[in-house]
Amino acid sequence: MRIEADTDVCIGAGQCVLTDPTVFDQHDDGIVMLITKHPEGGAAHRAREAVELCPSGALSLIEEPGDS
Amino acid sequence: MTETASTTTPGISSTTTSGPASGEVTDAEFPLERGCPFSTPTEYEQIREHSPLAKVRLTTGREAWWIAGHELGRAVLADRRFSSDRRRDNFPFVSTDPETRKQLQDQPTSMIGMDGAEHAQARRALMGEFTVRRMAGLRPRIQQIVDQHIDEMLSSDQRTADLVEALSLPVPSLVICELLGVPYADHDFFQARSGPLIRHTTPTEVRLRIQKELNTYLGALIDRKVTDPTDDLLSRQIAKHHAAGTFDRTSLVSMAFLLLIAGHETTANMISLGVVGLLQHPDQLAMIKEDPEKTPPAVEELLRYFTIADTVTARVATEDVQLGDTTINAGDGVVISGLAADHDPTVFTDPDRLDLERGARHHVAFGFGPHQCIGQTLARMELQIVFDTLFRRIPTLRLAAPLDDIPFKSDAFVYGAERLPVAW
Repeated sequence: MRIEADTDVCIGAGQCVLTDPTVFDQHDDGIVMLITKHPEGGAAHRAREAVELCPSGALSLIEEPGDS
Repeated sequence: MTETASTTTPGISSTTTSGPASGEVTDAEFPLERGCPFSTPTEYEQIREHSPLAKVRLTTGREAWWIAGHELGRAVLADRRFSSDRRRDNFPFVSTDPETRKQLQDQPTSMIGMDGAEHAQARRALMGEFTVRRMAGLRPRIQQIVDQHIDEMLSSDQRTADLVEALSLPVPSLVICELLGVPYADHDFFQARSGPLIRHTTPTEVRLRIQKELNTYLGALIDRKVTDPTDDLLSRQIAKHHAAGTFDRTSLVSMAFLLLIAGHETTANMISLGVVGLLQHPDQLAMIKEDPEKTPPAVEELLRYFTIADTVTARVATEDVQLGDTTINAGDGVVISGLAADHDPTVFTDPDRLDLERGARHHVAFGFGPHQCIGQTLARMELQIVFDTLFRRIPTLRLAAPLDDIPFKSDAFVYGAERLPVAW
């Protein structure tokens, strides 16, 4: 799976950073910054949660060939 | 941004056809009072079970759609066909009658009343002030503020206090004042005014007077910071807008007004109610006393359980929108009941039970969609620090009155306790 972040719609709520700061960070202006697009294991699980929690729809999850 | 597809509306099952038609108007005036003292009004449950939306009459006499399901509520809040613009004629206010609203309509709106690009621009100018990293930097100072107020409680020989006055109000008040750069010496002035603003029952002339007084005060404060900037949010916003050529005194006053009121009346009420909730569930409280790691999920559950700002999430349809079998007409007001959404049993098992280990973070206590609370990280941190510190330092804290005798804010659109007598 791959995480995509649409910085044009991000509203800087910070929920993703609270969910997993090893995957998500914020620029100084509050906009989401992906530390990795391909989280694995527990981080992948938390990244899915972050996508679900994102209030603005800025985060999306793309399943890729080979995903179990 | 994907719009909600009208053919497959989330949160509406095609099989929910029993019960009254979704267009039916009930006799009750919404929002309704919580019962006993925290339970969700039965009418909200009925609406959710039947449809999950119905047309209701508001306390202001207007009709609006009441959305009581979690999935549908989130979908509508994320759907840009629904406007947050409080200047629209049919905006479903629950606290301001249409006449008052006309008088307020000339005033500029803060970002909570903006849509689309205008909202994005206002929010983006402010977002950097509330990042997770920046909020974490405030932690030591917030801890110090909480400790100082608990020191004062403990220094009293009486071993009793009104927690609202001793802790719930002053802590978030001091935090938001320092963040904004508002002199805390003036906090009595704000508290006396922010309290009435969140009540349905405050008369029109009082509401208008308060709004004017606060605007005048904040305008003068901003003028001082223009000539004599200090290290605070307002001064930084002034500098930023000056640099970008977008400085507008009126907009800054609106923004300061929003942050100040929101900073006073939300976290404060959550502290009081959270303490009540924790004291009512001693087994669960013992768990977080033993392991502070459990406090963050406990805070999420308290936020969900109380969902104090039930009706702030209101919108107006800008075009006809089909939600399941129901057509919302352009111009219809819609209230997404956060309380009803956060007690939706299809999303939260046994929703009326406070379960500090529930681990559910997808509540709408901070709203949803592009307007979700900008100060949520700050609020979470304040609540975590307060609950951890209060019960660590005063482990014998207890309510000093029966729950039935505690006055709750039944006429406010931010729920809370008027007073909270505690002893230790």
